[in-house]
Amino acid sequence: MSALLETQALVAFYGDFQALFGIDTEVAEGERVALIGANGAGKSTFLTSIAGMRRSAPESIRFDCSPIGALGAADVAALGIALVPEGRRLFPSLSVEENLTMGAFNRRKGPWDLGRVYELFPVLSEKKNAPATSLSGGQQQMVAIGRALMANPRLLMCDEISLGLAPAVVKEVYAALSVVCGEHGVSAIIVEQDIELARTISDRAYCFTHGTVSLSGASADLSREAISAAYFGV
Amino acid sequence: MSVASTVRVERYATGGRALLAIAVVVVLALISGPFWLSSEAMRLVVEFVCLLAMAQMWNLLVGYGGLVSIGQQAYIGIGGYALFVLANQLGLNPFLSVPLAGLVAALFALPTSRVLFGLSGGYFAVATWVVAEVYRLLVANISALGSGAGVSLTAMLAFDKGTREAITFWLAVALLLATTGGVYALLRSRLGLALTALRDSDVAAESQGVDVARIKLLVYVIAAFGTGCAGALYFLNALRISPDAAFGMDWIPLLFFTVIIGGIGTIEGPILGTLLYFTLRQLFADYGTWYLIALGLLAIVIMIRFPRGIYGELAARFGWRFFPVQRILRDP
Amino acid sequence: MNWLDTVIQGTLLGGLYALFAMGLAVIYGVMKQINIAHGDFIVLAAYVALGIVAATGLHPFLVIPLAIVVFGAFGYFLQRTVLNRTLGSDILPPLVVTYGLSIVIENVLQQTQSGDPKSLKLGSLETASLPLGGGLAIGAFPLIMLVTAIVVAIVLEIVFNRTRLGMAFRAVSDDREIASIMGVRDRRLFGYATAISFAVIAIAGVFMGIKFTFSPSLGPNFLLYAFEAVVIGGMGSFWGTLAGGIILGIAQAIGFALNPGWGILAGHLVFLAVLLVRPTGIFARSA
Repeated sequence: MSALLETQALVAFYGDFQALFGIDTEVAEGERVALIGANGAGKSTFLTSIAGMRRSAPESIRFDCSPIGALGAADVAALGIALVPEGRRLFPSLSVEENLTMGAFNRRKGPWDLGRVYELFPVLSEKKNAPATSLSGGQQQMVAIGRALMANPRLLMCDEISLGLAPAVVKEVYAALSVVCGEHGVSAIIVEQDIELARTISDRAYCFTHGTVSLSGASADLSREAISAAYFGV
Repeated sequence: MSVASTVRVERYATGGRALLAIAVVVVLALISGPFWLSSEAMRLVVEFVCLLAMAQMWNLLVGYGGLVSIGQQAYIGIGGYALFVLANQLGLNPFLSVPLAGLVAALFALPTSRVLFGLSGGYFAVATWVVAEVYRLLVANISALGSGAGVSLTAMLAFDKGTREAITFWLAVALLLATTGGVYALLRSRLGLALTALRDSDVAAESQGVDVARIKLLVYVIAAFGTGCAGALYFLNALRISPDAAFGMDWIPLLFFTVIIGGIGTIEGPILGTLLYFTLRQLFADYGTWYLIALGLLAIVIMIRFPRGIYGELAARFGWRFFPVQRILRDP
Repeated sequence: MNWLDTVIQGTLLGGLYALFAMGLAVIYGVMKQINIAHGDFIVLAAYVALGIVAATGLHPFLVIPLAIVVFGAFGYFLQRTVLNRTLGSDILPPLVVTYGLSIVIENVLQQTQSGDPKSLKLGSLETASLPLGGGLAIGAFPLIMLVTAIVVAIVLEIVFNRTRLGMAFRAVSDDREIASIMGVRDRRLFGYATAISFAVIAIAGVFMGIKFTFSPSLGPNFLLYAFEAVVIGGMGSFWGTLAGGIILGIAQAIGFALNPGWGILAGHLVFLAVLLVRPTGIFARSA
């Protein structure tokens, strides 16, 4: 079975500065892939490239076997790729419910609607008319995830969703994510700072170091030593 | 392994020195101007120098300070009227009053900046225009300044035509050297390095210890001073001033177009742009305002397709640097 | 000076200024750009309306719906072909390009229209008035302008706060990048925003043409009034912009009544005062 998402020799530049040096990865249907690495390793750049927020060579990113590297963000979203961005980036002028509704802007068919999101995160239903940025960090993260789910994605990308959250909240959020991926067959790429956590929530993992893939494999098989070595580029 | 020891910083590009020599020759020729140029020619040269000085100041403000102002005519007008007040009403020597008028403009810039500097972007730009309009309306309503009809530079009656024209001309040469040379020297100094950093990124510059607020104020005041001097000289040359001529909006296209078509953020750009504007204006003076329409369309096209301006694009393509202001890293 | 009468006249004039301002506020609200040619488009709308009236003999009020459609379409087209190319973080391109447009419009009108100032005629409605008692009267047409401004404010508030399009406008204004990953096609959306802005400009232009005698050089002044009204009122709601327009109108009316040379200056000074004391505007939503 061919992969849902494939990247091949993906590069990325910020002006003259090169952030990605030829990334080869793949994500199968229903698979959860963790992405670990130090700050500046290129993880967010990788996700934003896939999301279409930056242009890449058409063939360097393939989704469902079609080249999408050169597509714009709106087109990529229409195909069913959703991003929970680093720092959440909710819309401050919009209420919680409006933020969620924006997620469904493309009107893709699927099980996720406001009702399902409120079932998953009941606290949001109580605050639905509040300005999104008036919520606590953990609640805002729920809004960000809910917003991505409202797009009924086939591939969900999460960029550091545990940052700044209390451990109990992190548990809650990842449990919800587990449900989403398990029950609905949504694939996920999860960027996570906490290596142990990354291993437990994923089927496979990649480690990025200075813009290259330094380690990959089934999460259960990767030893701590191997990960440390790859992470720090030793 | 230290990187710093293996590159050197170069400050002159190829051809720069040769062209600088040519510029020196041109300036020397100009200095002898009153002895071989006609009155009409001298008047035109003075006007050109004034326009160029204003363009250089606007370039400094926008291209380096990042302060997009469409209200610099405020200082043209303040400089002009200050000159007339100093010379007519206070009886000072009109020629010496030119730099003094520039100082007056700089003084007005201080409180003006307090009002404006809370704004940014488009808001800042339009607000500068409002400020210029306020000065225009205030002056137009003060009868001591001649109100709407304006006033003549009666202080000049004390001089004969030849002397008046010659000294005005030499003042223009001095202004040319001061503004172009001054801006050049400024940009090659430490302050210039800070300005370039500021232009590229406010936030990054601040994090490196650049006092962004203070430098912006400094640039704004310097530009006001230079613009005020140019305005004073312009109206010294014209012998007459009125609120509409001094504070009118006709100055804005000049500044925009000369700098943008010439290329913003370079010193050569405004020179090229002012030459272009001046030539077009003289050539098409009889055809009404069609040249303005052409200039407007040109500016639109250039801003969209060639944001670095004519000179900027050529310089990037051919590596020209007549007035080298950057530091180029070269492998030794 | 009869204070009450002056304030009433100023309020009614403020309705026109509010119409000027709301078109500007739409574009600034969505795209954070100022259209320097805004006032010139208002003047252009008046000339276009004049042309339509001359060609068809229609009453100016009937020209308004037509002008809305024509100018709305023109605004969409202009945004998609020219103005979208100036988007980005650099503030200079949109200012220069719209300034270039301003110069082109003004001078083309100057060269192609006869020099004498023009006006749109309403017939008897121009001088009709409603007595208020106590010797005061409100002009029927100025009242229509104020009511229209209120209606436009209501419509814009509904569009921006209760429609999907408006939600997209607010999202794009907050974070253009993230809005695009939700599927918002910003180039098209900006076209819609400019279309709306130009529709309001069309209304403002027709009313302006009725109220004033106009000529090509008035454009820049209208930009300044629109801008001042937006700043005085504060961004965040069209009610604020409406209020800003009214305050500006009152300031100008009072200034004018004190001394004809001080009318416009009074407006400028109130604007500067607001900038100094409460730069976000009097009625700004503190976000």
